[in-house]
Amino acid sequence: MKLSRKFVEDYIALPKDISIKDLAEAMTKVGNEYESAKRLSSATNIVVGKVIECIDHPDSDHLHVCQVEIKEGEIRQIVCGAPNVRAGILVMVALPGAKLPGGIEIKKGVIRGQESNGMICSLSELGIESKYQSEEDKTGIHILDDDAPIGTDALVYMGFDDEVIDFELTANRADLLSMLGMAYEIGAIYRLPVKLPDTKVQKEVEDISNYLSLHVETKNCPLYLARMVKDVKIMPSPKWMQMRLIACGIRPINNVVDISNYVMLEYGQPLHFFDYDTLGNEIHVRMAQKNETLTTLDGKERKLCEEDIVIANRDRASCLAGVMGGLDTEVEATTQNVVIESAIFSPYHIRRTARNILRSESSSRFEKGLDPNRTYEAIDRACYLLEKYANATVIAGLIKHDTMEKNTKVITITQEKINQVLGLSLTLDSILDVFHRLSFETEVSGSTIQVTVPTRRLDISIEEDLIEEVGRIHGIDDLEEKLPLVSSKPGSYERKYEKEKQIKQRLESLGMSEVMTYTLTSKENLAMFTLDEFDPIVMQDPLAEDKMYMRYSILPSLLQVAKYNLARKNKDLALYECSDIYYLKDGKVQTKTYLAGLICGTVLENLWQHQKIKADFYYLKGIVENLLSYLGLANRYHFIVEKVPKEFHPYQSACITLDKDVIGYIGMIHPKLAKESIYVFEIDLDYIFEKRIRQIKDKEISKYPTIEKDLAFLVDRKVYVDDMIKTIQKASGKLLVNITVFDLYEGENIAEDKKSVAFRLTYQDVNRTLQEEEVMVLFHKTIEEVTKKHQAILRDK
Amino acid sequence: MNLEEKIKAIRSSLEEDCSKVSSSNQLQELKVKYLGKKGFVIELTKNMQNLSIDEKKMVGKYANEIKSEVIKKLEEMEQSLKEKELNEKLKKDVIDPTLPATKIKVGSKHPLTKVREEVENLFVSMGYDVVSGPEVEEDHYNFELLNLPKEHPARDAQDSFYITEELLLRSQTSPVQARTMLKNEKKEPIKIICPGKVYRRDEDDATHSHQFSQIEGLVVGENVSLADLKGTLTIFAKKLFGEARTIRFRPSYFPFTEPSYEVDISCFKCGGSGCNICKQTGWIEILGSGMVHPNVLNACGYDAKKYTGFAFGIGIERVAMLKYGISDIRNLYTNDVRFLDTYNRVEGDQ
Repeated sequence: MKLSRKFVEDYIALPKDISIKDLAEAMTKVGNEYESAKRLSSATNIVVGKVIECIDHPDSDHLHVCQVEIKEGEIRQIVCGAPNVRAGILVMVALPGAKLPGGIEIKKGVIRGQESNGMICSLSELGIESKYQSEEDKTGIHILDDDAPIGTDALVYMGFDDEVIDFELTANRADLLSMLGMAYEIGAIYRLPVKLPDTKVQKEVEDISNYLSLHVETKNCPLYLARMVKDVKIMPSPKWMQMRLIACGIRPINNVVDISNYVMLEYGQPLHFFDYDTLGNEIHVRMAQKNETLTTLDGKERKLCEEDIVIANRDRASCLAGVMGGLDTEVEATTQNVVIESAIFSPYHIRRTARNILRSESSSRFEKGLDPNRTYEAIDRACYLLEKYANATVIAGLIKHDTMEKNTKVITITQEKINQVLGLSLTLDSILDVFHRLSFETEVSGSTIQVTVPTRRLDISIEEDLIEEVGRIHGIDDLEEKLPLVSSKPGSYERKYEKEKQIKQRLESLGMSEVMTYTLTSKENLAMFTLDEFDPIVMQDPLAEDKMYMRYSILPSLLQVAKYNLARKNKDLALYECSDIYYLKDGKVQTKTYLAGLICGTVLENLWQHQKIKADFYYLKGIVENLLSYLGLANRYHFIVEKVPKEFHPYQSACITLDKDVIGYIGMIHPKLAKESIYVFEIDLDYIFEKRIRQIKDKEISKYPTIEKDLAFLVDRKVYVDDMIKTIQKASGKLLVNITVFDLYEGENIAEDKKSVAFRLTYQDVNRTLQEEEVMVLFHKTIEEVTKKHQAILRDK
Repeated sequence: MNLEEKIKAIRSSLEEDCSKVSSSNQLQELKVKYLGKKGFVIELTKNMQNLSIDEKKMVGKYANEIKSEVIKKLEEMEQSLKEKELNEKLKKDVIDPTLPATKIKVGSKHPLTKVREEVENLFVSMGYDVVSGPEVEEDHYNFELLNLPKEHPARDAQDSFYITEELLLRSQTSPVQARTMLKNEKKEPIKIICPGKVYRRDEDDATHSHQFSQIEGLVVGENVSLADLKGTLTIFAKKLFGEARTIRFRPSYFPFTEPSYEVDISCFKCGGSGCNICKQTGWIEILGSGMVHPNVLNACGYDAKKYTGFAFGIGIERVAMLKYGISDIRNLYTNDVRFLDTYNRVEGDQ
């Protein structure tokens, strides 16, 4: 919303010493932020001049050498390139020393041998946007009216010395979408009274009921007023009116159209003007019919729906209510008789229609709500201005349909309540002062205040709204700093989140860095890294193809991060992400917390020492094992060879199980998906969150010696070492305290389908020194069991 | 030579021999030469049978004395030789300590997690519970209970991702407020923060992200006032941006609070005198807050006549970007490891 200083000063006597910046800051302090505060044109030293003589430049095909009178009796030579410059016109001259927008400074100069003492300006050169300019103005200099006084400040004459604040208003302050609303707000800040515009017409003739009848056929139009004027003279509106429209961001068209916009800016009430001679003598306000069409002002044929409100004559729709007028009934140069509409429509419907068709100055005001009293005032003001600036004859009477309540709101509040919520200790007087500054009426009994809120303040309906006003206008700079005294117990985390934090911390100490990626994903990624059949969550109106679904696995995102980094030669990666995933089950939203990790490149390296540990399956397995053991789940997890999602390398992958449930997968990314060796895992943390974990219990450490035995077997390649270990553990019993695989060999000197696996077994007892003989008994039993169970052959040492 | 002369001779010979020793072998030879069966010391006690008892005693005494003297001297020699030899050996193992170290890789927290945890730790220390809620949320919780009915114009400011008419990706963490209040059957006082991801239909650019994260705060109780909010947020500002920070409240509008305030902190770069970070104003907008709207309290079962409350919402990305000087919000979601590595350290002093 743009505020024109000159415009608002019609209603409030703002002291000259308050700069536009001061005003903008003061408005910000009461909650109205602004984007910019500046003069309409930032140019300086521009005077009205008259072109006395204009001849072609001898050395140019387009320049002119002009003699310009810039003060009575003072003539200067100025070279000008505009095609429309000619002798006898009044123009705006930038004198040497003038500054133009964009940092240009005008100096005396010589242009192709001709002296030039200034510049004749176009509107663009003065910083006026081209959308406000006529076609002639766009291609040349601006020619002033004949009454422009030579030698005076041209910016003042044009009204370009106006100052404009561009506000970014909050959604609740519909009342500030008008100069009058702004005037009340500024009045509250500076304690200034507001003067209302004139609405009383000079003369009224006949009666509107002879011309028009109104039929409101929908409940979505609670208030509809119509008046009429006849014999209007269409012409440009007065310069000051045009300038105010421009200052407020609206392009001037002609006096009649400009008046409708001007009144909207004054009161916040959008008006619509129909050409009576094309509209006819009936106004119907109704909902559009399905597939009904209307050609709007911009010449486009619009297909309407049953949710659109239209203004129609007997035959067809003439206007899309609150949004855009129809082309048929548009006010044109030939228009003589005008129907003025001032109405209130259902904000919900206007919002809907505007979203589908066009959001305009008008629709945005309807959407936010209007003051019904202003609906009446605005229509009279329009008649007043049409009579004054369009030679209109005003027809007496008003046609109306009014079902709106216009009762003023009375809110009762106490001094104590205000002070309790704000944490201040204001006196009754200072509270009353705020309400009076806002022009709210009050009635006091004890510390109870009855406040009558004017209808223009649609945003105020409860005590808290009044408290906000007190806070706003009085200010809360002197507010103390306290802390809430509501409970004194230690703060806590949810169990699940606490576990999540432990997991993240451990992974980081294991060298994995946390990443954060987007939840929304593409259809292609959605199907990756899972064997589950699931019902995905789909966006109704997605931003893009790749942001259509809620992801079901984190791995596609992690893989994308890896590829991004690899493309930038960041080769060594160890990344993880912990995130919730969502899906539907029987129409209900389900969620699970997943953890995914990825490694590639090297994990430890010192090149000059020739030390290097490469990321591989077993390193990642080590990370997962370490994490699960850290979480108190040692001996409860396994890595088993079962079906894995197709994105994994089919022979370098496994399922991770916890207490026999599959909780996730680990493995190399299928070489089809990545040329680098990338290893990933993903697990469902909900399984882990649910598990009961035993408390840490101290364990006796044996002080007796250990006995170590090595042995190696030749077995079929298909035999899993983990199975052999289980057999060994079972056969050796409790005295076996440790078992390690210290060699694995496949290749030369052994059969192609065989492998050699070497184990080191460590035996120990907590209570005594073990005898070699008893260990040998266990050792031989172990060899026998492994040989039998896995068709293994013991290898000679 | 008499005895004394002999001893003197042994001493001077030992001195001389020792000065020439440079290896363990040579030392071993000396041991034999002086202490061996045919050594100088034994030699002293030879032919003692001709001597008187007194003389024998004397020779014995002198011989023992010189013996211990020699032993001591040789042991000393041995010790110093060993040290010398060890030192020679160590010298060969010399390293260049300026060669590059082995890179120890420890992972890092994402900058958004760093900020989130810093805020969480602060509020938990002040007795707040950290509460979570679903990212796929019902319109009822995300908007309606928060005083944002279907046709409310303020809904436009939060263009959301809808899944069905009634289901959407939450556009704010505020629905957790409503859920927490409704769940509290005894209507006890509440002190919570709710961190989490939120989603809005914004095209991603340097300052917008369709996914971002917030931390919502809510306190409900009897006699909770705006002064309590100011005190709480002042502590927050000082903790995250330095002890010298002050805050100011700017009146604003949010449907779920009344009165509502935007909160600015005094600029941490220029201290308030005006710079490019604070756009010459001395203040930086950091969060939105206010007193919980009575409609919200009542809708969630807390009698607004009895209870008041305050709420605030912090944008984690905004805080991280300000705190670390991140210029493009997308960097937080691209995860270039060079970017992430920057955050692999403790916070600096304010």
